[in-house]
Amino acid sequence: MEEQGEFVIPATPQEVWDALQKPDVLQECIDGCEEMTLTEEGTFACVVAIKVGPVKARFTGTVKIVDPHPPHSYFLDVSARGGGAGFGSGRAEVELQAVPEGTRLNYQVRGTIGGKLAQIGTRLFQSFSRKMTRTFFERFSQRWVR
Amino acid sequence: MSAETGIGASVLRKEDARFITGKGQYTDDISVFGQTHCVFVRSPHARAKINGINTDAAMAMDGVIRVFTGDELVEDGIGDLPCGWVVNSKDGTPMVSPPHPPIATSVVNYVGEPYAFVVAETLQAARDGAEAVEADFEILEAVVDTATASSSAQIHENAPNNQAYDWELGDREATDAAFAKADHVTTLDITNNRLIPNAIEPRAALGSYDAASSTYTLYTTSQNPHVERVVLALFVNVAPEANLRVISPDVGGGFGSKIFVYAEETAVIWASAKVGRPIKWRADRTESFLSDAHGRDHVTKAELALSSEGEMLGLRVKTIANMGAYLSTFSSSVPTYLYGTLMAGQYKTPAIYVETQAVFTNTAPVDAYRGAGRPEATYVVERIVETAARELNMDPVELRRKNFIPPDAFPYQTPVALEYDTGNYAASMGKALELADSDGYAARKAASETNGKLRGRGYSCYIEACGIAPSQLVISLGAGVGLFESAEVRVDVSGSVTVMTGSHSHGQGHETTFAQLVSDRLGIPFESVNVIHGDTGRSDYGLGTYGSRSIAVGGSAIDRALDKIIAKGKKIAAHMFETTEDQVEFAEGQFSYAGSNEPKPFAEIAGAAYIPAVYPLDELEPGLSEKAFYDPKNFTYPAGSYVCEVEIDPSTGVTEIEKFVAVDDFGNVINPMIVEGQVHGGLAQGIGQALLEHGIYDGDGNLSTGSYMDYAMPRATDLPDFEVDMTSTPCTHNPLGVKGCGEAGAIGSPAAVMNAITDALGVKDVPMPATPHTVWETIQQGA
Repeated sequence: MEEQGEFVIPATPQEVWDALQKPDVLQECIDGCEEMTLTEEGTFACVVAIKVGPVKARFTGTVKIVDPHPPHSYFLDVSARGGGAGFGSGRAEVELQAVPEGTRLNYQVRGTIGGKLAQIGTRLFQSFSRKMTRTFFERFSQRWVR
Repeated sequence: MSAETGIGASVLRKEDARFITGKGQYTDDISVFGQTHCVFVRSPHARAKINGINTDAAMAMDGVIRVFTGDELVEDGIGDLPCGWVVNSKDGTPMVSPPHPPIATSVVNYVGEPYAFVVAETLQAARDGAEAVEADFEILEAVVDTATASSSAQIHENAPNNQAYDWELGDREATDAAFAKADHVTTLDITNNRLIPNAIEPRAALGSYDAASSTYTLYTTSQNPHVERVVLALFVNVAPEANLRVISPDVGGGFGSKIFVYAEETAVIWASAKVGRPIKWRADRTESFLSDAHGRDHVTKAELALSSEGEMLGLRVKTIANMGAYLSTFSSSVPTYLYGTLMAGQYKTPAIYVETQAVFTNTAPVDAYRGAGRPEATYVVERIVETAARELNMDPVELRRKNFIPPDAFPYQTPVALEYDTGNYAASMGKALELADSDGYAARKAASETNGKLRGRGYSCYIEACGIAPSQLVISLGAGVGLFESAEVRVDVSGSVTVMTGSHSHGQGHETTFAQLVSDRLGIPFESVNVIHGDTGRSDYGLGTYGSRSIAVGGSAIDRALDKIIAKGKKIAAHMFETTEDQVEFAEGQFSYAGSNEPKPFAEIAGAAYIPAVYPLDELEPGLSEKAFYDPKNFTYPAGSYVCEVEIDPSTGVTEIEKFVAVDDFGNVINPMIVEGQVHGGLAQGIGQALLEHGIYDGDGNLSTGSYMDYAMPRATDLPDFEVDMTSTPCTHNPLGVKGCGEAGAIGSPAAVMNAITDALGVKDVPMPATPHTVWETIQQGA
């Protein structure tokens, strides 16, 4: 599965970069995120409850920042398991670029899902992940909008 | 007997009273004292090594009784699930059959393969337990694609190139020679889409062990309980055959998918002794999608050599058949002996050469599905014949007529092993054209054009081989089972009759059809015949129901047993008449003797048999109960002509089937209503394959079509009002002259639909299923 997109955030690249490293910010912006803790430098453990069509589950996973170039780019390696509901893993490439409106964030995701999620949710998962991403950046951008 | 219930009468089905009032007894309806529930833990990966399974958390959960892994079955001597037909490759080497433990031990090879199972007090507890089982998987590269499987990562240690076998049939040199002298060669690259069977009732099993008698009882959704029993006894080593009773109660559809011996019932019956309590399992729908044997999945290159006048000279077919991860029970025979042998179709093509390479992939096993090889063969033959006609600018009907095996050529030996006993293909074709209002087609096409629509017409003249036989020939070709059928006719003291058949009904209506046969021959009321099937504890060894064999083989066995009943009845009657048995006649339910004006009704002879007052018991045993085992001399060869007319909206790609005519030759017919119903069901499935159904795995081996959200079944609104009719050339080698009708519709219809669609679009091929999206894209590519 592949996906890409971009968002413009009304903040400087450094502000965006810093915010993206904070577990409380991430927890607030990820829909359904119940826990987000920094386990070591650049590695987060999280619990996210999701519902994709008929599949509803609590996923536990790790998010690891790889090859960071602050405040320009990094990779995020994500893997999560949802018990009987399935599993997912993938890598996101994130790039930040200063633009007159603030920061343009480009992302590109390559991932796989498996288990029940893949059997009864593949088609729904695409739109689910798009919605989840949009929600994330909408909430994230709100931090700088008053 | 009476015209209302005898042979040839459309008697309403006896069994429907219970089915349509919700009183059927399916496996999941049966509950026994102390019953536990079972859930299978299934692989989420298409291919992975199992480095360890942790069942501790599951075992500690409330309500969980036991958690079993594959190793425990192996340690207890439980064997692999076997494939019952050994197919040899071209070089004479036997096929590669990889180890197939019922519950995976060291590797998993498809998503949905079970690697553990949880037995619990309740279904919910078993489900929770199953979610708590943890396995350490090392994920390996999955092989999914049929066409490239042989050049992909090797799945099984003993199967280089992922090949099960590379088989051939026919005369290669003669075929090459035919191509050398051909004026025209038509080439077609086609795929036969993977299908997932989807019986309404999912598979289920209820196994129990009785320690007092050391016997096991398994209720399960099997099309052939005796075969299930012999496999569980002889190959899987669950228990001696005599200590194992398999009962298939009401079964809600099978279509082939319930022929096979699966992991689940094996695990359930074995574990029932370990747990000391009965265990029930029933698949949920997604489980069925993942773990039922799938159907079709061929990639084929076909070439047809013709003279400039349209005479078919030679046919060359090369097919790659996807077997899935393991060889299921009868899978090896499907793309070979049930496929290559049908390549002559209805035609006198003198030279045919067929090659089939069977490959493994990390997908669910593929095995027989309604038609089993014959729909795939018909699709190849009928698509290429129609394509050839278009290339030669000939009417496809004329091309077929020119090449039909003529009625006076029977028995006809084809170049691909079969000997057709009888048929009249032009007669079916003529009737089909009449019903299809062939003369009015040009006007209908013009009307469609006026409305901005595309109209097309396609034909399919299929042949199938039913009632696979005879045993000795088929065993010599590698089959590990006999292909006869058994019957027992027990005449009760009062003259009513109980019939035990080894064939099984899971929607076919045996209880009605077989009762009609018995009542007709014995001249007794239809209502006094009771047909029993599906229980190894009640009937002799039988082979079950598949390949449209029930009436041709099972019905013939009953007919043979009835011969014996009548013969014994004559002996008894002879004593009552004080004459010799050769002087006794039996007709219309009466034993008569020319020297007496008081014929003896059947019931009176039955009574006399059990109250043996009039005949010497040292010459004649009391009672009136006879058995027969019938082994056919040949297959039967139902054949027919189908015509499909479609109208396509080029702006949406939506295909409407405007007309579908099916004219079949099933030989003699016992119950025309039931036969017509079978044709309707078959057509729905064939049209489903052509327009809607497709089992798809993604590149990682996830089944993308694992529910009804993503797998499209045909619905009533997708189907036209079928026009169904029949011609008849009775089978020459069975006593009833019957051929079998269960699969015909599914065999003949996909080619008719796709020939119509390609005609409408003016293209050579459209891949099945021809969904609106696919059709629309095809139109855009041409524009």
